[in-house]
Amino acid sequence: MPRRLAAALTRAWRGVVWYMREISGEARYDHYLERFASEHPGERPLSEKEFLRAREAYDKEHPNTSCCC
Amino acid sequence: MTSAASTAGTPAPAPGKLEFKDDYTPEEAERVIRNSKGLPVGVKPKMVWTWPKALLWAAISIVCAIGWAILAVSRGEQISAIWFVVVAICSYAIAYRFYAYYIQIKIMRTDDANATPAERVHDGANFERTDRRVLFGQHFAGISGAGPLVGPILAAQMGYLPSVLWIILGVIFAGAVQDMLMLWISARRRGRSFGQMAADEMGKFGGMVLSIFLVVMTAIAMAFLALVAIKAMAASPWAVFSIGMTIPIALIMGCYQRFLRPGRVIETTILGFVLLVLDIVAGGWIADSPVLAPIFTLSAKELVIALVIYSFCAAALPHWLLVTPRDYLSTLMKIGTLVLLVIGIIIANPSVKVPGLTELASTSTGPTFSGNLFPFLFITIACGALSGFHGAVSSGLTPKALEKENQIRMIGYGSMLVESFTAVIALIAAITISQGVYFSTNMSAAQISAASGMTITSTSAADEQAEAAVKAVNSMKVSDIEGNQMKVTWESEGSNGDTKTYEGVEALKQAASDIGEKSIVSRTGGATTFAMGMASFLKSYLGGHNSMAFWYHFAIMFEALFILTTVDNGTRVARYQIGEMLANVRKLKKFGDPTWRPGNIITTLIATALWGTMLYMGVSDANGGINAMVPIFGISNQLLAAACFMLVTVCVVKMGRAKYAWIPVIPLVWDVAVTFTADFQKIFDSKIGYFAAAKTWQAKIDSGELTGEALTNAKASLSNAYLDGVLSVFFLIMMATFLICGVVVIVKTLKAGRFGAETTSEDPFVESEWFAPTSLIATSLEKKVAREYAAKSYELAHESKAAA
Repeated sequence: MPRRLAAALTRAWRGVVWYMREISGEARYDHYLERFASEHPGERPLSEKEFLRAREAYDKEHPNTSCCC
Repeated sequence: MTSAASTAGTPAPAPGKLEFKDDYTPEEAERVIRNSKGLPVGVKPKMVWTWPKALLWAAISIVCAIGWAILAVSRGEQISAIWFVVVAICSYAIAYRFYAYYIQIKIMRTDDANATPAERVHDGANFERTDRRVLFGQHFAGISGAGPLVGPILAAQMGYLPSVLWIILGVIFAGAVQDMLMLWISARRRGRSFGQMAADEMGKFGGMVLSIFLVVMTAIAMAFLALVAIKAMAASPWAVFSIGMTIPIALIMGCYQRFLRPGRVIETTILGFVLLVLDIVAGGWIADSPVLAPIFTLSAKELVIALVIYSFCAAALPHWLLVTPRDYLSTLMKIGTLVLLVIGIIIANPSVKVPGLTELASTSTGPTFSGNLFPFLFITIACGALSGFHGAVSSGLTPKALEKENQIRMIGYGSMLVESFTAVIALIAAITISQGVYFSTNMSAAQISAASGMTITSTSAADEQAEAAVKAVNSMKVSDIEGNQMKVTWESEGSNGDTKTYEGVEALKQAASDIGEKSIVSRTGGATTFAMGMASFLKSYLGGHNSMAFWYHFAIMFEALFILTTVDNGTRVARYQIGEMLANVRKLKKFGDPTWRPGNIITTLIATALWGTMLYMGVSDANGGINAMVPIFGISNQLLAAACFMLVTVCVVKMGRAKYAWIPVIPLVWDVAVTFTADFQKIFDSKIGYFAAAKTWQAKIDSGELTGEALTNAKASLSNAYLDGVLSVFFLIMMATFLICGVVVIVKTLKAGRFGAETTSEDPFVESEWFAPTSLIATSLEKKVAREYAAKSYELAHESKAAA
């Protein structure tokens, strides 16, 4: 019983961490790596810093129009 | 082929890892949608009834009916505020399950075989698949703001019943329908924006009208929300210090993330939150310090100047330094605080002090907003029930990240239900404090002076203000929920720790000292009232009575963060919109380039000047500004909602589904009736009209009786009245033109008799190759399909490799 409880708690904790990483955008780089690996096998992907800079440059030219209430 | 679904928290199988046993029941097998390769890509929506389900829905309906009955008929006795929560949740559940489903089946006809924009474009930037649960959170964070926290507070002067009816029924039949259908039409058009869709479906003219409308409206919304924040910050060193410190906090977070730990968003957010809490505590020390307190005690006008300069500079800073870190904080606050508040209401179990209908419901002279219940109550509540701005959000990023069409109901309709729920919470905050305190806080100095016969201003001594407020409250003929004349009372803790009820001037003094302020009189705008309510819910289980001042300033911070984010984003958005509009003129083409610096500076100047002027005129207004700004903000927002419904109706008719056009047409007609009546009255009425007000102010100024500050304020009120009047006329003409455009398109379509997707700008059908469940929790059938999808896609990938 305690083992099952521990397993359930671990799963819940992983779920929370997964959700936080996804919603905050922290996991975006991981998704990029996954996709890059499947679409360009063998090539070198951008480093995390390069990826973030590229993302920033993109956002600058595509402003988010959402606002307000 | 890994996907978001395979990394999800639920055990969605990685390709090839899990065996697929063909264990569908015959009914289930019929509902699975397969594409031409035999890949299962979705499940047909269907209501499957079982006995336990039927009993559950019967129980929910009964509880819902009992709750509404209690709210509607209770007279002369106090009721628990938990009933509001129960009624709201049950009504939302029923509406989501049945009405939203009906719209999905009849109008949207979402089809999981069709690929969403994310799958069609899939460029790794904005068109990236996002797990439905994550997208729900992101969409909610996108639509929610300070709007729903303000409107219900101001509307509470008429009693709780009209407000709660409109917040709940309004969201069910109008607000959530608008969000969902806008998301739907945009998702079928590669996530095109509201303005672009209007141009595509209703012609260039319609699109242009909408673009101009949007710029003006953004400026008004920013000015109004900033006014609300400033009203709560003026003369409060605690609030000014703690909110001002969010700028260095954001800078620290931005640098931390950029230079020390790139990409570690959660860490950065936690760091920022810890700093934020310390900052709020430190605000208390500042307020207590006799040396520092005066430095941070700023008047409303000084705050406006500071805010305008700040936002102009902030727009020049890179995104990562200021805007992005603050977005993290406000997203965390938005979701976290909502949860804390619901728990707080249930634990504190406050009782309602305000009757269902007060005497002010049948007059047009209430202090928080003037005008009759119809239409001005609906204009005042605005965002919590129906918000036109959401049309812009629903057609922005969300449709580009959608995995499956069937998720539109959960994301579009569901998020708006949560937004409406925050409005219900704000209403609860307003009706569970004593009415006397409510009116003392929400009447402007001029209104209190008129009602009490004592002359006070925002700079009068706290005691004098409290005395005048109590006199004003006693002079107003408004009853409490038990039918007695309302009184100023405040429940607090006595010196020995037991509950004590203070009355009259003492109550106002005690309330101010409990929340760590000098005075609570005439803090119009709703933020103070909301924060007092929130503080009393949260102290009930987090920290006890002594923490009330902390929670009050936490709540002010919560609203201010929303508003500062809005001001930052709004300035940037307005800058781009103005740039694009200027670029239409041949000689000014260069303004269309967002990287051209001089152009940027000029457009930023125009944007800040637009809302800054409105804000400055608002705070100098003799009546405090809120009273004049609420209707213009509400009308513009609700008119935009009418534009959304018009566009949706055009799309529905063009698709040949005119039979179901009543679904968007009913809220459209209602909304047009509300906004046009309100706008007409604001233009032509001799009591509440802007031009009538301008005439009165002109007469006062001409009489030469006013001197000094009173004269300046009167002049500000005069120009304010003219500006608002002109804006009202402008809105009326713009929106009437847009609506006529829409009606012409509808009539033309019906006459031509040609319907279908090819008569619209909808993208043609493209076969989907993705699978993802529909609702927040995957059903057992969806889990089976996920297994089959994993096995099958693995098989297909293998085959294509072998073929190569």
